[in-house]
Amino acid sequence: MTMIGWLQIILYCVIIVALAKPLGWYMTRVFNGERTFMSPVLRPIEAGIYWFSGVDEKREQHWLTYTVAMLLFHVGGFLIIYGVMRLQDVLPFNPAGQSAVAADLSFNTAISFITNTNWQNYGGESTISYLVQMLGLTHQNFLSAATGIALAVALIRGFSRASMRTVGNFWVDVTRCTLYVLLPICVVYTLFLVWQGIPQTLGDYVEATTLEGAKQTIAVGPVASQVAIKMLGTNGGGFFNANAAHPFENPTALSNFVQMLSIFALGAALTNVFGRMVGNQRQGWAILSVMGVLFLAGVAITYWAEANGTSTLHALGLTGGNMEGKELRFGIVASSLFAVITTAASCGAVNAMHDSFTALGGMIPLINMQLGEIIVGGVGAGLYGMLLFVVLAIFVAGLMVGRTPEYVGKKIEAREVKMAMLAILVLPLMYLGWTAVGVVYPAAVASMANAGPHGFTEVLYAFTSATGNNGSAFAGLTGNTFFYNLTLASAMFVGRFFMIIPAMAIAGSLAAKKSIPPSAGTLPTTGGLFVGLVVGVILIIGGLTFFPALALGPIVEHLAMNAGQVF
Amino acid sequence: MLREIRPAIVLLLVLTAITGLAYPLAMTAIAGAIFPAQAQGSLIEKDGKVVGSALIGQEFKDDKYFHGRPSATVAPDPNDSTKTVPAPYNAANSGGSNLGPTSKALADRLKEDVDKLRGENPNAAVPVDLVTTSASGLDPDISPEAAQFQVPRVAKARNVPEDQVKQLVASNTQGRLLGLIGEPRVNVLALNLALDRATK
Repeated sequence: MTMIGWLQIILYCVIIVALAKPLGWYMTRVFNGERTFMSPVLRPIEAGIYWFSGVDEKREQHWLTYTVAMLLFHVGGFLIIYGVMRLQDVLPFNPAGQSAVAADLSFNTAISFITNTNWQNYGGESTISYLVQMLGLTHQNFLSAATGIALAVALIRGFSRASMRTVGNFWVDVTRCTLYVLLPICVVYTLFLVWQGIPQTLGDYVEATTLEGAKQTIAVGPVASQVAIKMLGTNGGGFFNANAAHPFENPTALSNFVQMLSIFALGAALTNVFGRMVGNQRQGWAILSVMGVLFLAGVAITYWAEANGTSTLHALGLTGGNMEGKELRFGIVASSLFAVITTAASCGAVNAMHDSFTALGGMIPLINMQLGEIIVGGVGAGLYGMLLFVVLAIFVAGLMVGRTPEYVGKKIEAREVKMAMLAILVLPLMYLGWTAVGVVYPAAVASMANAGPHGFTEVLYAFTSATGNNGSAFAGLTGNTFFYNLTLASAMFVGRFFMIIPAMAIAGSLAAKKSIPPSAGTLPTTGGLFVGLVVGVILIIGGLTFFPALALGPIVEHLAMNAGQVF
Repeated sequence: MLREIRPAIVLLLVLTAITGLAYPLAMTAIAGAIFPAQAQGSLIEKDGKVVGSALIGQEFKDDKYFHGRPSATVAPDPNDSTKTVPAPYNAANSGGSNLGPTSKALADRLKEDVDKLRGENPNAAVPVDLVTTSASGLDPDISPEAAQFQVPRVAKARNVPEDQVKQLVASNTQGRLLGLIGEPRVNVLALNLALDRATK
């Protein structure tokens, strides 16, 4: 670890915190339906879209209607992606002549993109056409992100409203999020990325003759426009197989730094939106502090482990840390930081191969996802995941002092706690259950690329990433098989919707409750005590759930590595 | 609930057209007008022919050129499409080795490469980036140490003084942005092109 490395990490955190307030201010206005400086341009377009699609923007929805609207939207998104992938060979914008994608891979990819997972069983440049990249993937990068943010805003309304039956209008929230937040940022961001060197072209792959006379086919495409939303919307599905490690997806140290910022920007700002909507910004800062504590602990461990290297490297006298599977322009620190950010959020883009990380360095990304990606988290998904843990923490605190727990003026009762527990329990059921199948079913075992405990970690990582809707991988695992295409899709599906539906049920039940003023017996939820309590509950519940699985994978591998054992 | 069906279809199609077609196509037109070189892939031409991209590494094996990092990219086996064969710096199929920290295959590969490099230059420590594969397999850069390590071999192959090669390395070394962000690095293709120009 170096001083310059830590300065990069600190600079990153400072900028994220500084961005949270102005972005939160802007997003609050957008979701409250107020005028913004973009309104003169965008308001006519927005009104035209509502008129054309038959949306009454004044009519709000009950939480159930809101959820059904969201689900219908996903069904349509699924059909579009599946359709263009299966038919890409006869559709335009296919200069590389890619053939139709197989049914199981198309199914997996469609589920992967509507759930904001963006798991890559497809190879990017080697499998899919420009049309699929744009119409299938770029569009769903926007819409799954907008959906996540809309749901988080609906849950916030549950906390901030009193005695109301409705939580907002899904169509309006998604449209406003796309038009006022995601698109304007992406237009500027795309141009920045092209300036840094990311291609944006519909032309053919380039045939080059290298200095030594060899032929090199260089894949290009409309990359920058997709990378912008892939990062901002915490989607993470790469244009290329190597994702953000590919020089055309992440050409410079500056593009890398800005990409890391854009992963956290909206998620961190949503905590501020929460604070503003419930009427006390300090409530938002308290939640961001919980996230910050867990984040910095993860960064410190991964950075230390990667800088320290492996016993194989030490034995050969190689210093400078574990550079296997890392790009030189990012080095140890920016690769470690990126890995923690991308898994803390549900982004899943990678700028280094997590499969080649040290055992402990790779364990932190795994833990981040197993905690449910609540450390800033996916846009929207992170906030509602974190609020589920807050509900639980408040409940535990209530038990300790024997009072009905309250949070931001709402009584937390049996229904909320049951729903929160359902969401928190169903995730480990998916990733632990499927991992158990994956390590004994012969066709699944054949997919492991590494032997020994590392192979187990590959499988655990895959199902954790899918359930958490992350999408990063220990990429050695051969995921494009019938078994993994279907099981991973099921994990992604359950991981997304069994989190969303309970969260929306909580939103509906909270919105209907009366708001009660704080009394002398109310636990203050803006101070250090509350932050410590939530961090504690997250670590205890998380730790109890997945520690045994970690012991079989990364922990035993770390011990084996220190003993000089290879597999 | 039935009245949600029309927005579900129409709004989805409208937003798909905006974000999936209008946005990428408009960005392609604008980016191509403002940054034409980058939008096409930062291609480098020599005598009217494309020799590569400034951002994409390529394979160098000749002693007279600086070598890049090892690359783990593969290509489909021409004899059996279900298998793959090693194809370093395959810019149509990026990827890393994905070998883990306790992998025997990785340990063996590292030992072999380190031994070979020690034979080539016994006077310097082997830089770790010269024996580890990059994440994309297309890393265009090496560390300044890795370039210095290769100076004696390149100077000998080209029959020029080592100092001249060292100067080229120095002038092709990029530092950290603002002295803080990123890592110091040398672009191998740019260095080799400069080398060809200087020592014809």
